[in-house]
Amino acid sequence: MITSPTSLELIDAVIGFIEQRAAPQLKDRDAFLARVAVNALAAVRREIELGPSAQAAATQRLVELLGHEGDFAGLNAELCDRLAAGELTLKDPAVLAHLKASIVDQVRIDQPNYYGLKAL
Amino acid sequence: MEDALNALNLGAVSGLRRLSGGASQETWAFEAGGKPLILRRSPGGFSMSGDAIGLEKEAALIRAASVQGAPVPPVVHVCTPADGLGEAYVMGRVEGETLGRRIVRDEAFAAVRPTLARRCGEVLAAIHSTPLEGLPQLPVSDAARELEKYEAIYRDIGDRRPIFEAAFRWLKDRAPPLETPVLVHGDFRNGNLMIHPQAGLAAVLDWELAHLGDPAEDLGWICVNSWRFGGDKPVGGFGDYEELMAGYGGGVSLERVLYWQTLGPLKWGVMCLIMYTAYATGADASVERAMIGRRTSETEIDLIALLEHAA
Repeated sequence: MITSPTSLELIDAVIGFIEQRAAPQLKDRDAFLARVAVNALAAVRREIELGPSAQAAATQRLVELLGHEGDFAGLNAELCDRLAAGELTLKDPAVLAHLKASIVDQVRIDQPNYYGLKAL
Repeated sequence: MEDALNALNLGAVSGLRRLSGGASQETWAFEAGGKPLILRRSPGGFSMSGDAIGLEKEAALIRAASVQGAPVPPVVHVCTPADGLGEAYVMGRVEGETLGRRIVRDEAFAAVRPTLARRCGEVLAAIHSTPLEGLPQLPVSDAARELEKYEAIYRDIGDRRPIFEAAFRWLKDRAPPLETPVLVHGDFRNGNLMIHPQAGLAAVLDWELAHLGDPAEDLGWICVNSWRFGGDKPVGGFGDYEELMAGYGGGVSLERVLYWQTLGPLKWGVMCLIMYTAYATGADASVERAMIGRRTSETEIDLIALLEHAA
């Protein structure tokens, strides 16, 4: 239904406005907040691009790990309960692999330059 | 606010401006009678962490740590309600840099960088040597209690984060008992350390999370990845464990420091959620509070790396 401008184009336009027009006129705390605002928009942009496939892959891993179908929220909650109870631990390679893959995808959205990403 | 500051009789106030950073307390810079000063105040009496000891106690601890030889800003005035500034104190502005990115990367700090880890150890030893008699009343906490407190907050917020679940479980199963409680700064890290390009560690700031507890807590906290700013060395991005421990002078095992280093990102992750909650509940509408919620994932990626190596 919606063709153009795309949400990514709108985000880019707002980022451009903040960086090129608004931020140079700001100082001190407002200048800092303008940088945070640009970071927030950039994260939203990456989430639109990467989020759906990341969640689909996570759901598929959870189905295999827990041995039954379900939606992401339900499966994730079950994994949380079993980790909290100590029934599942990171010594299980499939658990570790799922947690690592999921958090790598999340950090690629939230902070792709975070060096903890390279360390993993 | 300028009128209230003038009424403190520190000299004619000029150049009042709010500084960036400082997510939980307001920090204002100004000059009074030509002297560079800082006003630290609680925004509207709202405490974000619930853990903050209050600015009056903070000022008392800064004075006590100073007696032990820890570098701290000179406290100039502790505000009373009559001053009309809310909970606040005024301190001397210490020259230097707090931004971890610059301290870890800039050429200006290249000469002083190799000395910092050892100096952090020495300064923590001084802070931890503060006699407890005469200190204001402070919360007492050890690893088990920290975990209990932050897990309760996490459960209350209601997020389901499997890495946090695994980390809480792993850390609770291994929590070391508190032996001799000491004065713990509670937030000793890049961002709260004023570093001078020549003089090194010039002041330890932001004492709001101070408490009585395990000395390894402070030693582990400075090693948390979130404050390394791309530096590849474990201590604040600028130094090695051996230097930190040598500066500290003994009495705490590296194993215990590594335990607290693992507890660190979990705690910081929950703190990010707390700060985000201030946005979500409408208590603070700033984009900073909203966006800090997205720093939670960095703590999860650090936790999984630490837990994988520890397992």
